[in-house]
Amino acid sequence: MALRLLACVVVALLSASPAAADARSDAKEQVSFGIAVAQRGLWREAIYRWERAVEIDPTYASAFNDLAIGYEHEGQLDKARKAYEKALQLDPDNVQIRQNFELFKEINDRTSAEQDARSQ
Amino acid sequence: MTVRVPNRTRAASSLKRVTTAAVLAAAVVACGPSYFEIPIETPIRPKMDVSPFQRVLVAGFVAGGSDDVDTNLETVRLLRSQLRTKSSLRVIDADVMPLIEIAQDQNRSSVDGQAAGDASRGGGDSGADPLALPKTIRDEKDLEPYERLFANTAYWKTIGEEFQNPLIVTGTVLFAPKTSNSIVQRDQEVFDSFGRRRTVPTRTFMERKGFLLQPKFVFIDGRTGTTMYSERYREEILYNAQQNTPALSSYFELMDRLVPNFLSALSSQKIKGTRVLLN
Repeated sequence: MALRLLACVVVALLSASPAAADARSDAKEQVSFGIAVAQRGLWREAIYRWERAVEIDPTYASAFNDLAIGYEHEGQLDKARKAYEKALQLDPDNVQIRQNFELFKEINDRTSAEQDARSQ
Repeated sequence: MTVRVPNRTRAASSLKRVTTAAVLAAAVVACGPSYFEIPIETPIRPKMDVSPFQRVLVAGFVAGGSDDVDTNLETVRLLRSQLRTKSSLRVIDADVMPLIEIAQDQNRSSVDGQAAGDASRGGGDSGADPLALPKTIRDEKDLEPYERLFANTAYWKTIGEEFQNPLIVTGTVLFAPKTSNSIVQRDQEVFDSFGRRRTVPTRTFMERKGFLLQPKFVFIDGRTGTTMYSERYREEILYNAQQNTPALSSYFELMDRLVPNFLSALSSQKIKGTRVLLN
């Protein structure tokens, strides 16, 4: 009896049905896949996945953070800034997002200063 | 005396433990680590559009400050070698231009022209020469009058024509000795009565000697002779007064800090960094 009950609990936990998943878990799947492909250097595919994730769940701060990193890696600095800002707006206390954004700003501000100097 | 635990209680307790373990295992499998450090390379566009040029001429520099290093020659050599390996432009091998002499020749002809004009108008000696160029460059002020050389578009256009319209790199370089007397904080090693070692930050007055490097890179369009872009940098290095570091070695150490900035004007650079991906 006890073993049967245990088996039921384990099966229920491990085989959570995708049909029952909400928007966040769908988005999470996209984000995880994006991370896996980014780690293999497939940044465009990763960006595609993270863009899907923020479409599915526009309140998912981590997805915006990852998307910002993807844009940064591709040199799309304006898009990266917007995505970081959105991520921070959704999760203002997240230290890792803030740290990523600070590092991004260091590069972006330098580039902007150089572009300003060029236009003068 | 031994107490016999009823079978049902034992089974319930073991079920609770196994369930907790299963929940934890499932949570670990489902969640995994929530963040991943990843190296990224952010591409930075060059500061100038050099697409109209296939070739680059590092012409020469108005240089001075120290007699121990031929700053004009060394700067030209270093930039040419960097451009050869780190840019797509073909580097023109030409004699290094003695820009101080060229500027002074231009100045003389301009002064002669002015004097001839004054004489024809019946004017006399008007006093100090406003266009005077110092023959020896010791500091930043001595370099200032030479700036007009880079604004002489007719001259640079002629140079451009001579070398089939390349991008021309020129400018000024001041490499001068520097002395500093100031309070410096250092860690001093001390041992207590038990012989234990510790470091204590101490502030000491120190005389230090070194060098200052202040280049201004000017990028000229060889087709028109006009300045496309210019940038100025300043770096310095100081050593203990007792340390005897050769000037040339300090020059290279300082230039090494500036070269990436110089190259980023002409070619796209990738800035390496690390970010944290979140799940």
